[in-house]
Amino acid sequence: MRSNELVPSRRDMLKLTGVAAFAAALAPHLALATEETVAAELKKLFGGKKMGTGKLKLDVPQIAENGNVVPLNVDVTSPMTAKDYVKAVHVFADGNPWPQVVTYNFTPESGRAAASIRMRLQKTQNVIAVAEMSNGDFYSAKSQVKVTIGGCGG
Amino acid sequence: MAIKTKPRLRVPSSAKKGELIEIKTLIAHDMESGFRKDKTGKSIPRDIINTFTAAFNGKTFFEAHWYPAISANPYQSFYYRASTSGELLFTWKDDDGSVQTAKASITVA
Repeated sequence: MRSNELVPSRRDMLKLTGVAAFAAALAPHLALATEETVAAELKKLFGGKKMGTGKLKLDVPQIAENGNVVPLNVDVTSPMTAKDYVKAVHVFADGNPWPQVVTYNFTPESGRAAASIRMRLQKTQNVIAVAEMSNGDFYSAKSQVKVTIGGCGG
Repeated sequence: MAIKTKPRLRVPSSAKKGELIEIKTLIAHDMESGFRKDKTGKSIPRDIINTFTAAFNGKTFFEAHWYPAISANPYQSFYYRASTSGELLFTWKDDDGSVQTAKASITVA
């Protein structure tokens, strides 16, 4: 289906939510990212939106000894009903060669907008999560992870 | 790398109606990021699982888009609110087009 995400097809673009599609389109030139460029791109992506804090809990270690396996947990407080639920959570790492980490799409059937995964971090950097609610609200959270041995390979 | 090994699932076999269940999945895959170089300095092409979905009785309720920052042998945990008895279907889609699926059934009392 999404066989080559470096060049997202038009159908893929349409299928994704607006924000995710925008993010995918931007990804190629985010490839040589720095903290500043990622911050600027995020501002462009979500700049017009009011970013709340508090509802989105981003759980990452303060210090990661091995950058190849860094636990990443996101948890959004929401009743998860058909009227009020979390549509998506996007996670970015601003010091990685490809800053997008994961995008989750939730539905009311999920029951709880929480998920855990393990990610790679190349160096010490900020992990940024943005939650998109069904009513159009956005929430963000940011946390720095100190990486002792970088992941992503040389 | 085509997906070859059987994914591992942890899903409760039964639940009460309305109960929130946690689902844990694990699949073996190199998740080659595309940023590594081999000994001769040549780039190793990207090959990752890019999409994971979970569906109940044919309806997708959770979707994860993975990028090269996801670790090898990806683990994913998430939640589902049990409503009726039925079948959960999990799908992993590889960059090369191959697809791996796994099923689990759940009984709701």
